[in-house]
Amino acid sequence: MSEIATRLDVMKTYKLFVGGKFPRSESGRVYEVTDGKGQWLANAPLGTRKDTRDAVLAARAAVKGWAGTTAYNRGQVLYRVAEMLQGRREQFAAEVAAAEGLGAKKSAALVDQAIDRWVWYAGWTDKVAQIAGAANPVAGPYFNLSVPEPTGVVGIVAPQAGYGHSFLGLVSVIAPAIATGNTVVVAAAANAPLPALSLGEVLATSDVPGGVVNIISGRTADLAPTLASHQDVNALDLTGAIAADGPGAAAVLEAAAADTLKRVLRPAVDPSAQDWTNAPGTERLLSFLETKTVWHPMGQ
Amino acid sequence: MAKNKKTEAELPKSGPLFDYAPAPESPAAAGEIATSYGHFIGGEFVDSSGSEALKTVNPATEQVLAEFAQGTEEDVERAVKAARKAFGDWSALPGSERAKYLYRIARIIQERSRELAVLESIDNGKPIKETRDFDLPMVAAWFFYYAGWADKLDYAGFGPNPRPVGVAAQVIPWNFPLMMLAWKIAPALATGNTVVLKPAETTPLTALRFAEICRQAGLPKGVVNIITGDGRTGAALTAHPDVNKVAFTGSTNVGRSIARQLAGSRKKLSLELGGKAANIVFDDAPIDQAVEGIVNGIFFNQGHVCCAGSRLLVQESIQDELLEALKRRMATLRLGDPLDKNTDIGAINSAAQLARITELTAAGEAEGAERWAPACELPSAGYWFKPTIFTGVSQAHRIAQEEIFGPVLSVLTFRTPDEAVAKANNTPFGLSAGIWTEKGSRILWMADKLKAGVVWANTFNKFDPTSPFGGYKESGYGREGGRHGLEPYLNVEARDV
Repeated sequence: MSEIATRLDVMKTYKLFVGGKFPRSESGRVYEVTDGKGQWLANAPLGTRKDTRDAVLAARAAVKGWAGTTAYNRGQVLYRVAEMLQGRREQFAAEVAAAEGLGAKKSAALVDQAIDRWVWYAGWTDKVAQIAGAANPVAGPYFNLSVPEPTGVVGIVAPQAGYGHSFLGLVSVIAPAIATGNTVVVAAAANAPLPALSLGEVLATSDVPGGVVNIISGRTADLAPTLASHQDVNALDLTGAIAADGPGAAAVLEAAAADTLKRVLRPAVDPSAQDWTNAPGTERLLSFLETKTVWHPMGQ
Repeated sequence: MAKNKKTEAELPKSGPLFDYAPAPESPAAAGEIATSYGHFIGGEFVDSSGSEALKTVNPATEQVLAEFAQGTEEDVERAVKAARKAFGDWSALPGSERAKYLYRIARIIQERSRELAVLESIDNGKPIKETRDFDLPMVAAWFFYYAGWADKLDYAGFGPNPRPVGVAAQVIPWNFPLMMLAWKIAPALATGNTVVLKPAETTPLTALRFAEICRQAGLPKGVVNIITGDGRTGAALTAHPDVNKVAFTGSTNVGRSIARQLAGSRKKLSLELGGKAANIVFDDAPIDQAVEGIVNGIFFNQGHVCCAGSRLLVQESIQDELLEALKRRMATLRLGDPLDKNTDIGAINSAAQLARITELTAAGEAEGAERWAPACELPSAGYWFKPTIFTGVSQAHRIAQEEIFGPVLSVLTFRTPDEAVAKANNTPFGLSAGIWTEKGSRILWMADKLKAGVVWANTFNKFDPTSPFGGYKESGYGREGGRHGLEPYLNVEARDV
């Protein structure tokens, strides 16, 4: 057989996902993404601080609609994401296999788990207020309720390491934040951004309103500090921020977040040891909620 | 029809029919105030390792009440060590036993309520009717409420194995010295933590008196430690490497610096910071009740309240009517001796705070807002500020954006509910808000839209230990009170995902 293939694959240009659209980076630059063996896979957009700020704008604009939709409706949308993913299971399995250097069986299992995780969080949307809220028995004639509300815009440093981080880990940090009505800007895994950028394509066709999820690829050290210091970001998930990242390291980002008193979810003690196949708890759901207590007198 | 309904003519005319006779509480009821105090560490009152002493004064008379220690780093070290030493046994104690200690403390507070109320009033300058009828009942209630949680933590919903965090460093403000102490110490002890608490440097006396209560209750040594001093002591405490949790109530700026200081440390942190609450009055609101709510919202505790309703947003169509009623009501407020049971408004807590209020109100005038205060005489000694309102305030004015922390109300207007929401949310703070309207659907709509941790509808400044309290945005994070108030003091199963 000749070295020249009979049919040439059509290669994909990976793009950012911002405000429901797929812009190239304003930098006009890309960086090489390779597989576990150093083989070139694709060029990913080299997202910048400006891209991050644009994404925050989009996320802010989407807060009102997304936080204001009913919990039932948010559940429907999250469930729809799982449906769409199911249909593209093989594509994601191949991307995860390449990204993390895994065999076909393992990567398919990770994608299945990611699909199941969307389903799990879809079911939480209309239950979280029931476990996080309260009717408070105050010592007086008052009707008194505590209800959880979304914090607003959450900046997320996606998992950069750990088994299943490139996709299952990514889904595990996005889904709980948006299930509770927040919108997010995600800095994807710098070395394995392709499944994340492809997720944008799924979200765009899953009834998720534009701007609810925004995904940027690039160097964590460029993207994360902008999220940490941005006045219009309300909370920060530092799951993927590790010590080696310099300006993108968790402690540095947490200090930057102090200026605006952002809520910060700190990374695990050793993020690289995280196994994303472990069952999720409620911590991520509850981390990006504010409790509002409403009082009203009771009487005739 | 009610037969004995009085006609207009039979009702008493407005105006002073009778003058008040003074009804002074005896300062002696505060018990003996020592001339100088050290710290309470490891169950003992001890001298400071340093020689610097601060003085606490009665803000109503400027008389020195006592000297107390400026805590040094060495003092902090000793206190944290004592708390660490006590932590093992205390956290291992069955919750039902910890509960009984808290019940004991609550009961002793009730028994010594009058003494504590008078002492609080003397040291803080707040009226006795507030310490007696609000602060002290709330303090006891807080200990009772969290006593009941100590043996039920498995049911609190924070995971299958809730554990205490360790040693809690707690720094509290001067506006509600004992109540803030209760808000901090009760949930910390119920969850099995030990504490080092630093009261504010202008109001240390009731915290030191509380130390005696811990001894009467037989609380194990080192479970509660009290160290005194100013911000330097607080900074040394929150920075101490062996504390596991920091809880702070105070200004947003100090909260910010603590958050920065703790970055990367993995210490748990909860912050209750400033506020600039909107109290929103619609044209269909019951005016008299709204006026009471406005007065309570801003003049309660001399306005030294982080959730004070310091911005009145009044619907334009009723502005004149409402302001007239408000001024009429304000003219009846009695300012003066905090120990007089008739006093509504006591002294400003310190000369420094009075200076800040004076500076911000001067800025209000300079920026063009119109100032009004009822005619009232101020005592010759002490720190006083007349209940004051500003009208014609714009959103850009400093008095509409900055927390004044004094009896000063800024009045703004709005036309539509949407505008009210937009203006109410237009500060970096998000602690509390008030809504006054007879329309239920509007209350629920507004309550949903307001970015505030507490929303009072047709009421204001209500608190209860069962009820979570805390801020959105730069008003801080974490909640105090209720089931939610346990979380800042608990670790749950390690997070993997």
